[in-house]
Amino acid sequence: MPKNILGREIPEFIEGYGKTQPFMGASARKPEGNRAGPKLRATFSDRTSKLVPDLKAAIAASGLKSGMTVSFHHHLRNGDYVVNAVIDACAEMGIRDLTLFPTALFGVHKKLIEHIKSGVIRRIMGSVNGPIGQMVSEGGMDVPVVLRSHGGRPRAVVSGDVKIDVAFIAAPTADAYGNICGSQGKSACGSLGYAFTDAMYADCVVAVTDNLVPFPAAPVSIPQYYVDIVAVMDSIGDPAGIVSGTTRITRDPLRLLISKYASRLIEASPYFKDGISFQTGAGGISLAVTAFMKEAMKKRGVRGSFGLGGITGYFVDLLKEGYVEKLMDVQSFDLEAVKSIAENPNHIEISADWYANPWNAGTAVNMLDVVILGATEMDRDFNVNVNTEADGALLHGIGGHQDTAAGAKLTIISQPLLRGRIPCVVDKVYSVTTPGEVVDALVTEYGVTINPRRQDLIDACKEAGNVPLVSMDELIARAHEMCGPSDPVETEDRIIGVIEWRDGTVIDVVRQLKKK
Amino acid sequence: MRLRRTMLYLPGNNPNMLLRGHLFAPDGLILDLEDAVAVREKDAARILVRDVLKRGEFGSCEVTVRINGLDTEYWRKDLEMLVPLGRLDGVRAPKVDDAATVRRLDEALSEIEEKAGIEVGRTKIFCLLETAKGIFNTYDIATASPRVAAVIPGGEDLTADLRTNRSPEGTELEGIRRSVIVAARAAGVDALDTVFPRITDDEGLKRETEFIKQLGFDGKSVIHPNQIPIIHEVFTPSEKEIERAQKIVAAAKEAAERGLGAVQVDGRMVDAPVVKRALFTLTRAGLLEEGTEHA
Repeated sequence: MPKNILGREIPEFIEGYGKTQPFMGASARKPEGNRAGPKLRATFSDRTSKLVPDLKAAIAASGLKSGMTVSFHHHLRNGDYVVNAVIDACAEMGIRDLTLFPTALFGVHKKLIEHIKSGVIRRIMGSVNGPIGQMVSEGGMDVPVVLRSHGGRPRAVVSGDVKIDVAFIAAPTADAYGNICGSQGKSACGSLGYAFTDAMYADCVVAVTDNLVPFPAAPVSIPQYYVDIVAVMDSIGDPAGIVSGTTRITRDPLRLLISKYASRLIEASPYFKDGISFQTGAGGISLAVTAFMKEAMKKRGVRGSFGLGGITGYFVDLLKEGYVEKLMDVQSFDLEAVKSIAENPNHIEISADWYANPWNAGTAVNMLDVVILGATEMDRDFNVNVNTEADGALLHGIGGHQDTAAGAKLTIISQPLLRGRIPCVVDKVYSVTTPGEVVDALVTEYGVTINPRRQDLIDACKEAGNVPLVSMDELIARAHEMCGPSDPVETEDRIIGVIEWRDGTVIDVVRQLKKK
Repeated sequence: MRLRRTMLYLPGNNPNMLLRGHLFAPDGLILDLEDAVAVREKDAARILVRDVLKRGEFGSCEVTVRINGLDTEYWRKDLEMLVPLGRLDGVRAPKVDDAATVRRLDEALSEIEEKAGIEVGRTKIFCLLETAKGIFNTYDIATASPRVAAVIPGGEDLTADLRTNRSPEGTELEGIRRSVIVAARAAGVDALDTVFPRITDDEGLKRETEFIKQLGFDGKSVIHPNQIPIIHEVFTPSEKEIERAQKIVAAAKEAAERGLGAVQVDGRMVDAPVVKRALFTLTRAGLLEEGTEHA
C-alpha cells in the first residue's frame, strides 16, 4: 500500500472518499486553477422580505433534496438547538442520504445517531466525538468521516472539494432581509467566524434566528446579500451551553506547573519582545500560561500586538489593559468576549478563512508568534495526535491545531505526561493529526522537551537557566517505566475516518475498531 | 542548615501524588500513612509508600513519612517496612505528648537501623504536638533525643484539645506558637508551623506565613502544592536583606583571614551569631549551597 511522507499507509482510493492525495509536507502542495463559486442568483425590488413561516418552509424553499450537503456552524457549541431541529425536520419531510458538513459537533448533537441509523444522514464531514465518535469508530457509518482543520474546511469549500447545497446559519440576531449579527440577542455568541465561508459559497443560505429585528440589523456579521431565506425558531440555543460564565484559571497544581514551564519557555524564546502575538485558547493550561505570560510581560515591559483564535474574558482584559493592541476573534468563548466584540473596535471578528485557510492570499495564523496547543499523544518524531484516543476511537476534532502549528513561529504542546496510566508520549502515535515538522516543543510536568531541529530554542532555554530541559528519549523512557507497555489497538482493515492535512492531502486514516 | 520552609503532605494511598509531589519543589515531603489513610487501607498504603521510596526519585526534597501514632498497632510496622530502605530522612510522629514517646521511637529506630545495617541516628524525628500536654512538654520532647529535628504544633487536634476551634485570625494558636518557638530555639531544633487549611485563600496564607516568619518559625507544613510558591516567596529574603548578608559574610571572611574576632559592618558589631544569621539568609535566598559549613 502506498505511504505518505510520514510513512502512513494511505490507499490510492478510499471507498466513500474517493481518490487520495498523500501528505507531502506541511507546505508542499500548491493549488491550481480558480476558486469555486456558488450558484448565481438575482433578487429585485419585488422581494423585500426573505422571511418564511418556519423551518420546514425554509427547507422546502431552499430546494434541499435527498443526497445533498447541508452545513452548520458551531458557535452555539453545546447549547445549539439548530442542527437537531433542521435534521429532525428533514427526517419528517422524507429527506434522506444527507451529507452533514458542520464546523464541529458537540455532545448535544448525539441525537443525530438515530438519524444516522435511519439513513437521514449518510455521511459526516467534520469532527465526530463522544457517542457519535464511538459509533463511527465501531463501523456505524457506511461512509468514512472526513476530518479537516478550521483552515482546511474553508480551503475545501473555496477550492471546490466540498460543495455546500444549503447552509443553515444559526443567527443570534437577524432582520427579515438576512443581515445577521452574532453579538446581540438572547442567544448571542459573539463572533460568527466559522459561518462566513458557508454564507459566501453555499448555493442557498438560510438564516435561523430567535431574535428578529427591524431592517437593517446592525452591527452586521454576515450581510444580506449572501442570505436567501430567514426562518424564526422560538429559541436557537440554550445560553448556558453557548457561552460559559467567567473563565477561571485552573487551580490544578500539575497544570499550573506545566503552565509555568511553558511560560518560561516563551520568555526564553526570541519571540518574547514588543509586538509578540499569541494564541492560547480556553483550556485550563492555556489560560494559566496567558496569566504567567502577562506577569512576565509586566515585569519586562513587553507589549504584545494581537491575540488570536478563540477569545475569552481573560484576553479581553489583556486588550483593555494594553498588553495586546488587538484581538482577532474567530470564536468568542464567554460573556465577556461577546460583550467586548460588540463594543470594542479593536476586538475584530474574523472568518475561519481569514484565520486559517492556507489557500488564500495570507491568513492570520501566518502572523502568529506563539501558540499553545494540546494533544492526546505525541511521538519521537514530534508528530501529534489529537483525533483518536489511546483506545483508537475518534474523540476530538482537529480545530485550529494544524493551522496554528503550521503558522506560528513557536508551537508548544502542553500536556501532563500521564492521564491516569496513559502516557502522552509514545514511540509512534496511533494517528497523525499534525506533523512534527511544525511542532517545536512539548511541555509536561517533568519539564520542556524541544524538537531537536530547534537547536536555537534549546540554546535559548539553557541561557535562561530556569527552563528544565528533558529529551524526548528520557521522557518516553520515564513513561515506559511508570506505565509499562500498552496493548496495541486492534483494528479491521476498513477505513472509517480520513484525516486531511489543511491542504487537502491525506495525513492519516483511521480504521474500524475490532469488536471486543 | 536544611531549609524547611515547606513540607508537603502527600496521601500515602495516592500513587499519582506520591510520584509527582517533588515536582512542585517543596523543601520537604511527608508521605502520609496516618490521617490521609483509612484504617482498612493502612497495609496497602504502606506497601505503596515502600515502592515509591524504592524508586527513590524525590528531587532535592527532604523525605519523611508520617507514621501512625505510637498508641496504634501500625507505627512499628511502618518503621520496619520503610526505615531499612535507607532512603528516609526522617519520620514525622503524630500526637507526641511527652519525652517518653520520643525515647520509645528513638529506641525502635536505633534497633531497626542497626539490624538493617544503616547508619544509626540517620532517621530524624519530627514531632507533631497535637495536645495541650505535648505543647506543655515541648522543650522536654525536643531534647529527648538527638534525632529530633523539629517540633510542629498541631492545628485541628490541638485546638479541639484546648476546647476551642481554629479561627481565620489564629487567636487560639498565638500563645502556643510563641511558646513553641522559645522551646525549639532553646532545644536547638527547628520550629515548623501547622498547615493552613483554606487552600484557595492565597491572601490568608500569605498573611499567616508572614506572621509566623516574624515569630521566628522556619517554615510550614503544606497540604496543597499551590501553597508552596506563596510560602517560599514570604521566606525569600528581600534584595536589601541579601545585600546586607553578603556584606556581613564577606567582612567575617576577611576578619577570619586576618585573625580578627569581630568586625564592624555599617557601624554594627558583627559577631558569630550575626554571621550565622547572614549565612542563613543567603541559604534561604538560594545563594548558598545547603549544608555549606562556615567557620
